[in-house]
Amino acid sequence: MPRSAARLLFYVALVALAAAVPLYGDVFYTRLATQILILGMVALSVDLLIGYGGMVTFGQAAFFGIGAYVCGILTLNGVESAFVAWPAAILAAAACAFVVGALALRTSGFQFIMVTLAFAQMIYYFWLSLRQFGGENGLSIPSRNTLGPLSIESHVRFYYLVLVLLIIVVFLSLRLVNSQFGMVVQGIRDNQRRVAALGFPPFRYKLALFCFAGAISGLAGALMANQTNHISTELLSWQQSGNFLGMVILGSSGTIIGPIFGAAIFVLFQQIVSDWSQHWLFFFGLLIVVRILLFKGSILKFLAPSREPSAATAATAGAALPPQMPKAETLP
Amino acid sequence: MSEPLLQTVALGKRFGALTVTDDVSLDVMPGEMHALIGPNGAGKTTLIGQLTGELRPDTGRIRFRGADITDLPVDQRARLGLARSFQITSIFDTFTAESNVALAVQAREPHSFRFWTPAQSIERLRAPARRKLHDVGLAGREDTVAADLSHGEHRQLELAMALATEPQMLLLDEPMAGLGMEESHAMADLLRSLKRKFSILLVEHDMDIVFSLADRISVLVYGRIVASGTPDEIRVNPDVRTAYLGADAEDDLEVLADAAR
Repeated sequence: MPRSAARLLFYVALVALAAAVPLYGDVFYTRLATQILILGMVALSVDLLIGYGGMVTFGQAAFFGIGAYVCGILTLNGVESAFVAWPAAILAAAACAFVVGALALRTSGFQFIMVTLAFAQMIYYFWLSLRQFGGENGLSIPSRNTLGPLSIESHVRFYYLVLVLLIIVVFLSLRLVNSQFGMVVQGIRDNQRRVAALGFPPFRYKLALFCFAGAISGLAGALMANQTNHISTELLSWQQSGNFLGMVILGSSGTIIGPIFGAAIFVLFQQIVSDWSQHWLFFFGLLIVVRILLFKGSILKFLAPSREPSAATAATAGAALPPQMPKAETLP
Repeated sequence: MSEPLLQTVALGKRFGALTVTDDVSLDVMPGEMHALIGPNGAGKTTLIGQLTGELRPDTGRIRFRGADITDLPVDQRARLGLARSFQITSIFDTFTAESNVALAVQAREPHSFRFWTPAQSIERLRAPARRKLHDVGLAGREDTVAADLSHGEHRQLELAMALATEPQMLLLDEPMAGLGMEESHAMADLLRSLKRKFSILLVEHDMDIVFSLADRISVLVYGRIVASGTPDEIRVNPDVRTAYLGADAEDDLEVLADAAR
């Protein structure tokens, strides 16, 4: 199918481009690109919730922060292996998402936005109040985790590791949203009442998606702790949650990969504009408005796979017949 | 005859001071087409809502297939085989017609916590979905995004989804609503073909259809069942005529009179 070939080519070109970043030689840009990929990973998880589950969350930074803290605390206590610290971060974030989701998902729409925000603020102040973990100063970590015999102290090596992990997350997410589970959550996004009437309990499917998104954010948090060697409480702030929403809007929701572009635009824009104005967020606001007004809908919709005709029906699609009701006797 | 498939016992529901369901005892026998008619605002859709589980009755019980389902949530009732179509079209707008029905087919499986295989490539979902689309007359429209289908096609799709769950019983809430002449005839044929294959509770304003198809008709006025019987009994029932007159529904009365002729 030429369309899927074009899509594959697009992905390959993208990965090649990303892989080429360290060749530029300046470690500053490698680190900047690493940050983009990590934030993009969280934005992707927010897109899973918004673009596929129809759940507008304003608290994803909490799970990002939990992942970072769990990874950081373990590392400070002698658990230096990434094979332990990162899964622990993922599990902790997912478990927390389970608890938050189990309560927040009893609401929907605007209430859901406020409840996720409220939980995120609770988690933010929880970490802020813990003096033994740095309180409002955040938590400094002496070194990065180890990957078995492999050191990831090199920024370039760490960048490639993050890139590989992001590719895996993108791949898994694409499988997820197109799976039977994905159809149910997309159904919930379109029409939750109908999904229930068909016999699916919507709550369980939404909660599972919420945990999955929390897990991805937890991994991103662990990576962020390694990237900066310092966990700032800012990671968990509501502004950070808002930033993720901005990235998703910039990069188109419901596309998985779009929010990663959104993260790139966000980080680069911040980098460039904050050089000559400290009010860079003002200009970022303008950017969002322009994005929404000029590119109504998605600029990346060709990547959204859900509308692709299945192979079996593609043949009949060419001869789209006018709708006709059959005579009664043609029914079984 | 055997046990009723669906039965309500003294169902009651109030919204504040307004009694919308007043001591409704109703049953649908296996294979029966039972029509529920009544003027606008009589509480037909509210009653359907209580049967499907979207609304909790204040009093009374609902039994389905011999079990008390009064406290079951919507999805569990659906899994027992109680399917509905909505008065206002309720579909998945961004899905293709086929994917809409495939999701309904998927609802028959024990669960959908399957995260790996692309749903588009699962023939055990797609093949029955295409068959159901063909059955309701949407062959050739499989790949059309649901939002782009016409109103009449939405009604057909709605029905295909209800059928795809392979229900024991269909609750059809005004399947003819808003259909043009030709579409109405086709839908009537479709409903006729469903008769006897499923037990059906049909809420419908089109009296021609109701009187020609239903085995039994119950008339709901102000939340109460004022009459219940065969089409012939209902035609000559004085209470029904008064009820329709009282509800200031001259048109309906004329239709009733037409149907009686």
